[in-house]
Amino acid sequence: MLVSESDVEETLKSIENHESVIGTVVVNAQGIPIKTTLDNSKTIQYAGLLRDLTAMARSVVRDIDPQNDLTFLRIRSKNKEIMAGLENDYLLIALQNL
Amino acid sequence: MFSDETLDPVTVRTRWRRSQQEPLQTRSSQTEAVHRGHAGVQTRSTTSSWTQTEPQEPSPDLLHQNPAEPDPPGLLDFLQRTEDLVLRELQKTSRSHAFHGFQADWDQHRQRVLCVHRLQRPAAQDQVLHVSSVSWTCTGSVLVCAYGRTDDGDWTNHKSCVCLWNLDRRNLNPKQPDLVLDVPTAVTSVCCHPKSPALIAGGLYSGEVLVWDTSRTQDLVLGQTGMSAEGHREPVYQVSWVPLQRKGDFGVLSSSSGGRVLLWTLDLDQTRLVLDSAYAFVPQQVPHSSRTSTRVRGSSTVGVTALALSPWDPDTFLVGSEGGLLLRCSFSSQTPAAVPPEDRTVVLRAPAVFSFRPSSGPVHSIHCSPFHRNLFASAGTEGLVQVHSLLQTDPVLSIRASDSYLFQVQWSPSRPLVLAAATGHGPVHIFDLARRSLRPAATVEEGGANVASTCLAFNHQNPRLLAVGRSDGSVGVWQLSSELVDPGPTESGELEQIANQVSE
Repeated sequence: MLVSESDVEETLKSIENHESVIGTVVVNAQGIPIKTTLDNSKTIQYAGLLRDLTAMARSVVRDIDPQNDLTFLRIRSKNKEIMAGLENDYLLIALQNL
Repeated sequence: MFSDETLDPVTVRTRWRRSQQEPLQTRSSQTEAVHRGHAGVQTRSTTSSWTQTEPQEPSPDLLHQNPAEPDPPGLLDFLQRTEDLVLRELQKTSRSHAFHGFQADWDQHRQRVLCVHRLQRPAAQDQVLHVSSVSWTCTGSVLVCAYGRTDDGDWTNHKSCVCLWNLDRRNLNPKQPDLVLDVPTAVTSVCCHPKSPALIAGGLYSGEVLVWDTSRTQDLVLGQTGMSAEGHREPVYQVSWVPLQRKGDFGVLSSSSGGRVLLWTLDLDQTRLVLDSAYAFVPQQVPHSSRTSTRVRGSSTVGVTALALSPWDPDTFLVGSEGGLLLRCSFSSQTPAAVPPEDRTVVLRAPAVFSFRPSSGPVHSIHCSPFHRNLFASAGTEGLVQVHSLLQTDPVLSIRASDSYLFQVQWSPSRPLVLAAATGHGPVHIFDLARRSLRPAATVEEGGANVASTCLAFNHQNPRLLAVGRSDGSVGVWQLSSELVDPGPTESGELEQIANQVSE
């Protein structure tokens, strides 16, 4: 299957164009951000911090019930909401303004 | 007769030396021989190397530099699977009410208000002077307190003072101010310069306006109006610094109970304050709305007791009078005032443009909201805090703060919906308009019967601090808890809603 650039971009665009979304970052299995709409330093910060946090959250869910797995993580702060959707290989981070 | 004689010499032996010599002994010492040796060392081989830090690349190699590189496999599938989920969650957040009103408070303070300092000057207390006005400098570290009497109706010869305390100093002595400026009469109002921390403007009971410069070592009075014929002849109730047309310059605006509002500029060569513009209020020229035409009658002057500048519109200023009138005025008005003609260099103008619904007693304090163009709060002897909009005559909101007089009201510089009011029977009430009930969110109370809180000031640099001056001559500096200080995300919207309410 030919994975065209435009399909990936289109899917990401539909998330980015949602009102009140500040930015999105896609991180691969090694923790390297592959797609982002934020600036460099922020991207690396978010990728690094959220990767550790999602790994910890995932281990919490699986320790309680080994059949279960983490699907989504939301962190709500005073002015933002950080969402992380994850799967085996990739992590998608979206930032939303409150 | 005389003959020559030779005598034998006589010797006297010394007994002193012998007595000294007996206890003396001789001793000697010598260091042992020093061991010495010789040895030689030589390097056989040398290497040299050096290091240097490289300029840190912001790791572009971490992000893909090559956009032409095909996306890693599985990325599209992953995105297609999670896109739906993420979009649904985004929608839910933007509509959710789950966390409305919930504010996690990480530095939890037990008490809402905490008294940090209590400052007083025993000499002023002996003379039974009240604190008539407090003001923070623009850096937020020095508190300026003016002493005077708020209840005397006639001319007094009290010598009073203006005291400065620097609260950031470690050895702060609450009984002794860092600087005391002596003044021949009671001081009714002080205002610190918004840009320069050393300049302070003060208005006196005698009608004079002074500017002090605390960075000088001698003769701290930078300029004064003196008792000029064109100045005030009645007590000055409020002074405030006004930005002038020339960028960076400030003038002093003073208002008095003689119905005059005068704008002074500083003339440094002659250390005088020179009159720049003058405004006079005459009852016949005050604009009346249909409801108020029957009230203003009898008085020949409109004594100005409260003055406020709008931070949003440099042309507007608000004035409150002894008779309860509340007026919006304009600096650029050109109508001459209808006063009997005198010999004046500066023509008196009538600035009143719009009149709000008057209250039944003198208006003691007006303050424009720093977060909304059109809102301002006023307080007077009715005990009501009224929030008005500049666009309509009736107040938007009325809060009953106390049964006695209110001496000052001020909006909080950090939270758009918080107001503080100083009452005549003692406590300072802090109102939070985000709450449904209109009872005060917090009260600053110090005890002591019959001691009124006469003035208050928020610290703009450190919005947690609130200074309250009382009629027993003491000033309390209070620290507010973070829920009274930290703004929530929806507050500006709620303020907008309050402003847009139209009273019927």
